Amino acid sequence: MRKDIGMETLDYDVAIVGTGLAGLRTAIEILRRDKGKLGLRVAVISKIYLMRSHSVSAEGGTSAVLYPEEGDSFELMAWDTIKGSDFLADQDAVWRFVHIATQEIRLIERWGVPWNRRDDGRIEQRWFGGLSFPRATYAQDKTGFFEMRALYDTLLKYENWDRFDENFVTSIVIENNEFKGFTAIDLKTGNFRYFRAKAGVIATGGAGQLYRITSMAASSTGDGFGLAYNAGLPLKDMEFVQFHPTGLVPRGILITEAARGEGAYLVNKDGERFMKRYAPSKMELAPRDIVSRAIMKEIMEGRGVYDDKSGLYHVWLDMRHLGKERIEERLPFIREIGLKYLGIDIVNQPLPIRPTVHYNMGGIHVDIDGKVLNASGSPVKGLWAAGEAACVSIHGSNRLGSNGTNDCLVYGYIVGNDVYNYIEKERPASPNLSQNILLGEEDRIFGKILGKESGGEDVYQIKDELKDTMEKYVHVYRTGSDLEKAVIKIKELKERYKYIKLSDKSRTFNYNLEHALELGFMLDQAEVIARGALLRTESRGAHARLDYPNRDDANWLKHTIALKGAEGPLFSYIPVKITMWKPVARVY
Amino acid sequence: MKVRIRRFDGQKEWWQDYEIDAKPSDTVLDILNRIREKHDHTLAFRQSCQMGSCGSCGMVINGLPALACQTRIGELKTESIRLEPLYNYKVIKDLVVDLTDFVNKHRSVKPWMIRKNPEELEEASMEFQVTPDQNLTFVQFDYCIMCGVCLAACPTVAIDPLFLGPQALGQAYRYIADPRDEGFEERIEVLDDSHGVWRCHFAGACSYVCPKGVDPAKAIQYLKKEILKYRLLHKKKASVKPAELVQKAPPANAPKPPPFDFKIEGGE
Repeated sequence: MRKDIGMETLDYDVAIVGTGLAGLRTAIEILRRDKGKLGLRVAVISKIYLMRSHSVSAEGGTSAVLYPEEGDSFELMAWDTIKGSDFLADQDAVWRFVHIATQEIRLIERWGVPWNRRDDGRIEQRWFGGLSFPRATYAQDKTGFFEMRALYDTLLKYENWDRFDENFVTSIVIENNEFKGFTAIDLKTGNFRYFRAKAGVIATGGAGQLYRITSMAASSTGDGFGLAYNAGLPLKDMEFVQFHPTGLVPRGILITEAARGEGAYLVNKDGERFMKRYAPSKMELAPRDIVSRAIMKEIMEGRGVYDDKSGLYHVWLDMRHLGKERIEERLPFIREIGLKYLGIDIVNQPLPIRPTVHYNMGGIHVDIDGKVLNASGSPVKGLWAAGEAACVSIHGSNRLGSNGTNDCLVYGYIVGNDVYNYIEKERPASPNLSQNILLGEEDRIFGKILGKESGGEDVYQIKDELKDTMEKYVHVYRTGSDLEKAVIKIKELKERYKYIKLSDKSRTFNYNLEHALELGFMLDQAEVIARGALLRTESRGAHARLDYPNRDDANWLKHTIALKGAEGPLFSYIPVKITMWKPVARVY
Repeated sequence: MKVRIRRFDGQKEWWQDYEIDAKPSDTVLDILNRIREKHDHTLAFRQSCQMGSCGSCGMVINGLPALACQTRIGELKTESIRLEPLYNYKVIKDLVVDLTDFVNKHRSVKPWMIRKNPEELEEASMEFQVTPDQNLTFVQFDYCIMCGVCLAACPTVAIDPLFLGPQALGQAYRYIADPRDEGFEERIEVLDDSHGVWRCHFAGACSYVCPKGVDPAKAIQYLKKEILKYRLLHKKKASVKPAELVQKAPPANAPKPPPFDFKIEGGE
């Protein structure tokens, strides 16, 4: 620990930001490979406490090929993933991903995950949307939670790492295309820190908080997207925001897709299983984009149910026919959520649900090894991203349910190994950095934001208006005119953001300051999402334009790349890697 | 609705009252967010998932430790709410407490899978086979979200700062009860101690307040049984010294009880 530049400098070989499944899995992979060989020291950094990351809320399952002898195969899982992505996935990455997922399921089983079992003691799997084989491996309906428990507990047995709970990372330091560390605020003391590291990993998850109704945690503000964007790094495919079909009204709490995997029905106000109109063969088990659109269509055409308490329209998710025993064994958490938040027992009553913001298919532009790519498409030396924060892209324009947690595990493994190989082979020295960069960042936060006495704009008021804008204009169905309204409003909010004034001036746990910094990230992301969506004049996966209802492979079979410019994002496009299957019509 | 919050800014402590619009379906966490966003930006509390699975928002609600995100106003059946930071922890600011000691105690019981051959934890060609019934022996104890609410309710934690506490002990049992784990002997030293399982008086308060139904009190009694069985089998004498009683004097700046005019119908 050095104090040579007026702030705390902490030296590590690797600094990992974000402690969900991807971050923890990366840390473990580095430590278990090293076993003291190089004596690598790892900093594990989270803006909340370890074990509080939003991966704990993943519910239904984690897909992997476990039973080829029963008819599953890597080809089938890859095909499901690519078809689910509406052909925007990079097929080489998908092919690698499906192969590694299997080992991850078995490895974390050894580390303690209580997978549901068959009677003979082998791991049980179930159906999920868009699958051709029931390969969603699950531990009740708390799959992500149990996976987090196993990873966190396993990490505790290693020595060569330090935890930095409640440290908010404010910037990625990059000089001459080389990663040099992260700057952060220690929320407990308010001190400014520089994590000087040879390698950095961003695993900060998604950005559901851009919306009012979301299944995502208060902490899911997409900080990693903002950090990369501010560092001049490209974001990819951000206009593809996943709406999970079954969010509990009114909050949007996740009701797992596994409910439908176990056989739940979606019914409209007339008691009709309306999915027959939209996906006659898969019905309720169509991929999420299709089911979310179906629900919104039912509501738009007057077949939704009105909830007078919240003023929201919804449809019903009916699990009554599953029976109490099956519900208790396989969906106990959903029952608990119904009881605790609405006083509804799913054994006897259906749940009111509507689509809820759930996942960002887009993210930090990375290559197949998770290396972060710069504006010209070559890797930044020493920087990786994994999990939802990264966009390889495996999920293209729509992620299949049960393909989120395995992405985190697989890419935690891949990135952990790639980081280790880099340090082992290149033996990079601890980076040198001109102090001005750090002093500038310190002044931005503590002088220009915290210390500012002028201005009258309120962080929470702007955040409220941002959420309303995204909810109203950048939702499941989009139109050019709505998106234009969103772009104008976001521009206005960004302007007002320059005049925010914080009323909490303290250093200890100044959440007002943290929320202000998050809001800065969120406004940029909202702009990238809305403008990217406006430019993409087609409908593909989660991006559904009422004014351009068809997929347009001739013009839009390509990834969106957004870079920060002086007047907002600059857009360009790169091709999709198609190695196995040519795009075909997507019918379920 | 009147909301009275125990506040602390690092120097002084005080009770602060807020008058807030609330619906019966609102959670305590909704109310706290409303206060912070609309009334008082300086209020400090933790939150994340807002659905009872991350364990961030443990606090004392009308005298009872609970998760703010899972407590609905309607079910409190009181006309006002009183919120305090979790008992038995050092308060850092307002409703934010210091969890350092808590996570260290948890780590001290080696809460990870232990095999006599550690290579078995690194190799993944096949899973261990565990039947659905075997799963039931430990899975309840794996529900722990590390919210720390149980320690706030525990009368023993309140008088013995060295007591491992219900969370750590419950997690030791989670692994010991797991048919895949072989680490009982590695953990026994820290458990079979005057500040370990034997300090527990089986008040059961931990299990009463646990928001996830973990039942740490049951786990601790099972641990006692396992330890006694082990001692009998190995003819080991108790290595346990009687615990020295650590009676904490209340700190000089300890919170005073709330003023008398404040009544909670049906609460406390």
